[in-house]
Order: sequence, then C-alpha cells, then structure tokens
Amino acid sequence: MAAKGAIRAGRWRESGGRAFWTPYLFLAAPLALFLIWVIGPMVYSFYLSMTNWDGVSPPDFIGLRNYVRLFDDPIFWTALLNNAKWVISFITAPVIIGLALAMVLNRDIPGAKVIKSAFYSPYIIAPVVIGLIWGWMYQPASGLFNSALRAVGFTKTPGWISDPQLATWCIIAAAIWRQVGYVMTLYLAGLQGIDPSLVDASQVDGCNFWQTFRNVIFPLLSPITVVVVVISIIDSLRSFDLVFVMTRGGPANSSSVLANFMYIEAFNNYKMGYGAAIAVILFLITAVFIFIYLWQTLRTELEY
Amino acid sequence: MTAKQTGRLQRWAVYIFIYLLTLLWLVPVLTALITALRSNNDILTRGFWSLPNVLTLQNFGQAWTRGGLTHYLPNSFIITLPSLVGTLFLSSLAGYALSRFHFRGNRVILFIFVAGMMLPFQILLLPVFRLVNAIGLYNTYWALIIFHTAFQLGFCTFVLRNYMRTIPGEILEAARMDGCSEFRIYWQIMMPLTLPALAALATLEFTWIFNDFLWALILIQNDALKPVTTGLAALRGQYVMDWTVIIAGSLIATMPTVIVFLFLQRYFIQGLTLGATKG
Repeated sequence: MAAKGAIRAGRWRESGGRAFWTPYLFLAAPLALFLIWVIGPMVYSFYLSMTNWDGVSPPDFIGLRNYVRLFDDPIFWTALLNNAKWVISFITAPVIIGLALAMVLNRDIPGAKVIKSAFYSPYIIAPVVIGLIWGWMYQPASGLFNSALRAVGFTKTPGWISDPQLATWCIIAAAIWRQVGYVMTLYLAGLQGIDPSLVDASQVDGCNFWQTFRNVIFPLLSPITVVVVVISIIDSLRSFDLVFVMTRGGPANSSSVLANFMYIEAFNNYKMGYGAAIAVILFLITAVFIFIYLWQTLRTELEY
Repeated sequence: MTAKQTGRLQRWAVYIFIYLLTLLWLVPVLTALITALRSNNDILTRGFWSLPNVLTLQNFGQAWTRGGLTHYLPNSFIITLPSLVGTLFLSSLAGYALSRFHFRGNRVILFIFVAGMMLPFQILLLPVFRLVNAIGLYNTYWALIIFHTAFQLGFCTFVLRNYMRTIPGEILEAARMDGCSEFRIYWQIMMPLTLPALAALATLEFTWIFNDFLWALILIQNDALKPVTTGLAALRGQYVMDWTVIIAGSLIATMPTVIVFLFLQRYFIQGLTLGATKG
C-alpha cells in the first residue's frame, strides 16, 4: 500500500502536481474541431468514392465501379500526366533558382532587401490574382508576350494558354513565379544556420567557391532540401486556383490536373461519387509525400 | 589580370545576372500596374507595348463600384478576421497541451494535426460540402469561418507547439509553485512569451485565409456574401474582354495583403520558416 502510494505521489510530482486530465481539457475543443472538419471528412471521402452520389438523392454503394471507370477515362490520364509535369517542374526550377538566390543574398550584394522583396511579393498575391494577371499577359491578341513578339517582327505568334500543347507549361510558369520566393526564404534560413567557420576552413584548405558549395554547404543544407522538395511536391499536387482561373483545364482538357478534374466532375457534372474517387487517388499520391515529410520532421521527436 | 581582379569581375557578373533576374520577376506586377492605368480601347487596339495615350484611374473606380468590390472586399475581412482569431486561440490551447504535458496520445495527436495540415483539399471538399449543407450553413459566412478555423489548426498547432517547447520550464514551474491555476499559467505566462510566434502566424494565416479561393467557391454561392477572390472570378465573367477593369480589380484585391506584408514582413518570413524547418 505504502509503495503504491509513493508511486502515485511520484507521478503526481512528475506531472507538476497537475491532474492527468488537464491536457485533455486544453485539447478538447481544437481536437474535436479538427476531427470533425478535417480527419472525419477525409475518411468519409473514401466511402463516398464507392457510391453513385449525385448531390441530390442519397448515395448508393456501388463498390469499386467509380475506380474502374476512372482508369478507363482518358481525361484522368491527361490530368495525371499534367500533375507529373507540375511535380517535376516544382522540384527543379524553383529549388535551383531559390537556392542560387539564397546563396547570393547570403553574401553582401548591394540592394539585397529590394531583391528579396521582389521575389517574396508573388507569394503574398492571391493565386486567383496571379491567374488573372498572367492570363492577361498570355492573351493572344494584345497581351504582353504576343505584343512583344509582333513588335519585333514575328507574324505567327503562339496561342499560349489557348494552345493545348502549351497551356499546362504556361500555367506552371506562373506557379513557379509564385513559388521561388518561398524556397529562397527556406534556404536563407538554412544558410543562416551554417557555422561560418566551416566555410572559412574549406576556403583556407584551398577550395574554390564551387567546391565549398558542393562539399560543405550543400550537404549541410540537405535536411532543408528534403523538406523543400517534399513541400514543393505537396504544393504542386494542390494546385487548383491557377488552373481554374486561367484555363479551367482546357482547351479540351489539355491542361487539366487531378484537383481541377475532381472539381469539374463533382460540382459541374454532379458526379460526386466519381469526384470522390478522383480525390482519393490524389490523396493516395500525396500521402506518400506526407509520410516522408512526417518522417523527416517528427523523426527526432519519436526517438525519445 | 590578377586573381583578385578576376574574382571581382566574376562576382559582378553574378550580381548583374541577379539584378536582371529581379527585373524579370517584377514584370508581371509592372504589367498589371501599367494595364490598370490605361484605357481598355487603347490597349486592345494598339497592343500592350504601345505608348499610352492617356493614363486614367477610371478602371479602379469601375471595378470598385460596378464590379462589386465594395461588398466583396468587406466580406473578405468578415470571413478572415474571426477565422484568424479562432484558429490562433484554439491552436495555442492545443500547442500548450502538446508541448508542456506528458500524456498518453501526445505523439498521436501531434501526428494527426501535422498530417492533416498537408492534405490535398479535394479529399475534404465533398464531405465538408455535405456537412455544411446538413447543418444549414451553406451560403453563410459561418461556413467559411468554421472551416478555415478548423483546417488552419493543423499548421498553427504544429508551429506553436514547437515554439512553446523552447520556453524554459522554470518560469512556469515558479508560477505553479505559487498556486496559479493551469489555465492562468497558460494565459498569463505562456501566451505573452509566445507572442513572437503568434505574430508570425497571424501575418501568414491572414494572407492564406484572405487569399483562399477554393473553399469560397464551394461554400458560398450568394454574390452578396462572396469574398474578393471568388468575387474577382465573377468580375472576370462579367467583364470578359475588359482586361483593364479586371486587372484594376485584382490590384485592389491585393492591397490588404500587401499592406500586411509591408508592415509585418519580418514576422511573415519568420512564419514561413517556422513551419518548415523546426521540428
């Protein structure tokens, strides 16, 4: 009895004299809200994807039929391919430009503040607004690009977002314009964390700038690079606003991505069960990268 | 040339390249400004690169009044501000519990919040749409306010929990010895110490919620309640060829986030890095 009492007293002291339910009290409201509006809906989408729900009559269970139909749908494959183009673009261009900018800005280049602001600013502009501005620049008749091309003597000018071959790349260019500042910010924070004496030491050893970068700085930045790449992939799979505003997935679905395809099927064509199936596929692709991110950021937490 | 001179030359070559890239990056913003200040006829007939005949503020006026920005813009604030306060308050509660207590389920709950914050929105669209309809909140500000509050909890809880862990326990312990209740310790000691992180989150979340398009598209159809993002999409439909008005409207819509950014840039950038690099 005495021993048990001592253990209880020990635990009591360990938790700072607080009742065991105190943390649950703090967590009750936020956790409930998150479970009801985020985690619950996520699970519910899996159920909806196996129904023929049309938004009006109650959903009937139809098993995996939506998925079978989806894999036969050419628009699905176009969208998936476009998503791949987004992912590949996002893990290359913004990462390279962002890292290069951070490297230069980390030294004392004159006007660093202005340069930083120029690259951040797209990140605070609403994607809808970016879509409208870039849509106008791409406008075939009198937009910025074609006006310029005509002014220097081209007579056959591209259709940009009205050209099925180019549309996706045009939207991606606008997205990259937005993303670079964010990547730059993360790398700047990472560079600040590097001990300057390591860089100095390598230069004393006779390394030139490129060798120092390759052998000292880049390896030290690798945890950030992993996070940057994973976040970029997740962001690129989320892209919806730009596609919706600039092309709505057209012309003839050529610039569709899964996020946009899902919206059109569910909310324009009222095939909500089908839309849910598209959402589940998008989720499963994203989930792989969410787990990589969690593993990377929470790994240190789980060790003790 | 000496080695020192070539080094200098190389450095300036890099700088000039960066300056040119910066200029290139400003092109869309400059395009928007120039477009909004010209008349639509002038641009459509003579092309973008022509010298403007006249500069005018008419487009801004037209977007503001006939374009409906007079009610879209206030709607954005009505939706954004309560969501912001709600999500910061609730996530600070969760962050406090997760950072300062050892209890069963701590790691699992943290995992749920962090995983949830990265979900693609499409996996939530239909169930949330159904839920909002079921409880009669479709076409109300509340639908967006509640959803934004709930969804942003993931990111905010993660950031605040990490920040609160860095605050030394002795300060809280002293208050506990003095017999402070746990809620008072959280509210009067922890919250003031967490202000830098709260400020960083507030600027970032303001921008994110204010700029949201998808959820406003799904949950609000009534034109009188639309925030500025879906409002602009409506404006685009209404003024199909009137690019100067559309772009002027876009610039007006951007002003609030630009103002927040200009004054709170430091916090904004802290917020971005807090979320991604600490863990």
